[in-house]
Amino acid sequence: MSEISRADVEHLATLAHISMTEEELTTMAGELAVIVDSVKKVSEAVSEDVPATSHPLPLTNVFREDVVGEVFTEEQSLLNAPDAEDGRFKVPAILDEE
Amino acid sequence: MTETLTEASPLSYEEAMARFDPVLGLEVHVELNTKTKMFSSAPNAFGDEPNTNVNPVCLGLPGTLPVVNRQAVEDAIKLGLALNCRIAETCRFARKQYFYPDTPKNWQTSQYDEPIAFDGHLDVELDDGEIFRVEIERAHMEEDAGKLTHAGGSGRIQGADYSLVDYNRSGVPLIEIVTKPIVGAGERAPEIARAYVSAIRDIVKALDISDARMERGNVRCDANVSLMPKGASEFGTRSETKNVNSLRAVEHAVTYEIRRHAGVLSAGGSIVQETRHWKEDTRTTSSGRPKSDADDYRYFPEPDLLPIVTTEEWIEKLRAELPEPPAERRRRLREAWGYADAEFRDVVAAGLLSEIEETVDSGATPAVARKWWMGEISRLANARDLEPAALGVTPATIIELAGLIDAGKINDKIARQVLEHHLDGEGSPEEIVSARGLEVVSDDGALTAAVEKAMAENPDVVEKVAGGKLKAIGALIGPVMKETRGQADAGKVREIVLAKLGIEG
Repeated sequence: MSEISRADVEHLATLAHISMTEEELTTMAGELAVIVDSVKKVSEAVSEDVPATSHPLPLTNVFREDVVGEVFTEEQSLLNAPDAEDGRFKVPAILDEE
Repeated sequence: MTETLTEASPLSYEEAMARFDPVLGLEVHVELNTKTKMFSSAPNAFGDEPNTNVNPVCLGLPGTLPVVNRQAVEDAIKLGLALNCRIAETCRFARKQYFYPDTPKNWQTSQYDEPIAFDGHLDVELDDGEIFRVEIERAHMEEDAGKLTHAGGSGRIQGADYSLVDYNRSGVPLIEIVTKPIVGAGERAPEIARAYVSAIRDIVKALDISDARMERGNVRCDANVSLMPKGASEFGTRSETKNVNSLRAVEHAVTYEIRRHAGVLSAGGSIVQETRHWKEDTRTTSSGRPKSDADDYRYFPEPDLLPIVTTEEWIEKLRAELPEPPAERRRRLREAWGYADAEFRDVVAAGLLSEIEETVDSGATPAVARKWWMGEISRLANARDLEPAALGVTPATIIELAGLIDAGKINDKIARQVLEHHLDGEGSPEEIVSARGLEVVSDDGALTAAVEKAMAENPDVVEKVAGGKLKAIGALIGPVMKETRGQADAGKVREIVLAKLGIEG
């Protein structure tokens, strides 16, 4: 089994601003370890000299010309917003970054 | 165990320099002036109503896919070339993941281990003409984030009740330029930092890839500072002062951080690796958050964007489009125009090189071009709250005004008024002079009459002049000017007065 500790999960939860109970942390550590182990299987199948694949299709340089397209109105932009004020999305103050 | 000391009074700059060598690392973000965003066709525009320059991609709505803006890639390659970088044969975008409402996707699309440009350098010219070479680590493409306003409480994030988000800036193309550690700067470190950011600003302006207005955040600098004891070679712990948004602030922020680090280290403490916020009012920095490790961003290749491959042919085509490097251009113009050092510096500081160059190229003398652009045009622009270039004064207008002065038809003061009437849409300088009857009164009839009237009304002055006090003539010029509505030639008035009194001028 891979070493995914409870502390690892706790750290990830903090980064993601997700609050987790003690029980959830323990369960998740076990589940993540299984996932990491499964992914590791791939490494067994390939040798060192095969580069990691980020894109399965051999396409490059797909560009868009610099031409303005359609935009939302303010109302459309805010349609799914849980809350809004002065034409802007209203969100809880988050204190760890600025 | 005693707690480690992390705060102490800053040392004076001289004391700090006596004990430590500074090491700088500068990260400059340049917002491109493309018409559209980095990965979507929403407009890249400043100052519009919140959330009106957005589309589903900018809002990170499920199912949306980004597509790279070709112009932004070409701008990045050009900037890389201007910074003497190598251009990557192949590069990819990566997701930099963090959870904060300024990005609706919960990641910023950036580049990580494969920047488009790397291993460059920029020769920076300091105030005394000395050249300092700054090595460039990389320049990579990424997108800007939305703008947060913290509401309630003090308006700062501390004590805010909630935040409001405008995503108009979300997805605006950015290029981040990162220097290698700048060592050996010594006491000139703050000056070098300012000169470097200034040089980057000049380059992106010359390339016309950014509006380069620092007050709008088009060019932003994060300044990393660390100190090592004099003679040491191992770098100390660094702090990163974020979003320093003026050239003066860059110099002040680096100076302050050097003094602060020196204070903490001299008191036996240690520097916390963290971001710091620059405070313009007190010219100090304050503690921000602890710096995240790159690991915490969990970068991985962006699966929704394909790699970019650059061919030699493409790069050479872009290289051929590069303008003359700003530093070389300044040297060339300084020699060609023959201004005094201070005059030339003022022109550079005013950002009027191009305007003066165009005016000189059109046939004006360098002195005339400088006089008008640095003088009346700048004054009128300032009064109208515009950039001098935005007034729309053409070289032809300046040459026409100078010609009217040289021909003795109008004096300087009238010429300035003519320019203002011209800007108000009254026609060409010649037309205005003739329509408003502004030609200098030098036909002896009208002028002589005005002088005679002034002399008759000021017998005491006439007596002084007659008695040999020639300076007193000045007291007659005022009334004559008033009589002729400012159109008299002062030298001519003097001649007439002296002739009437039979004095040799």
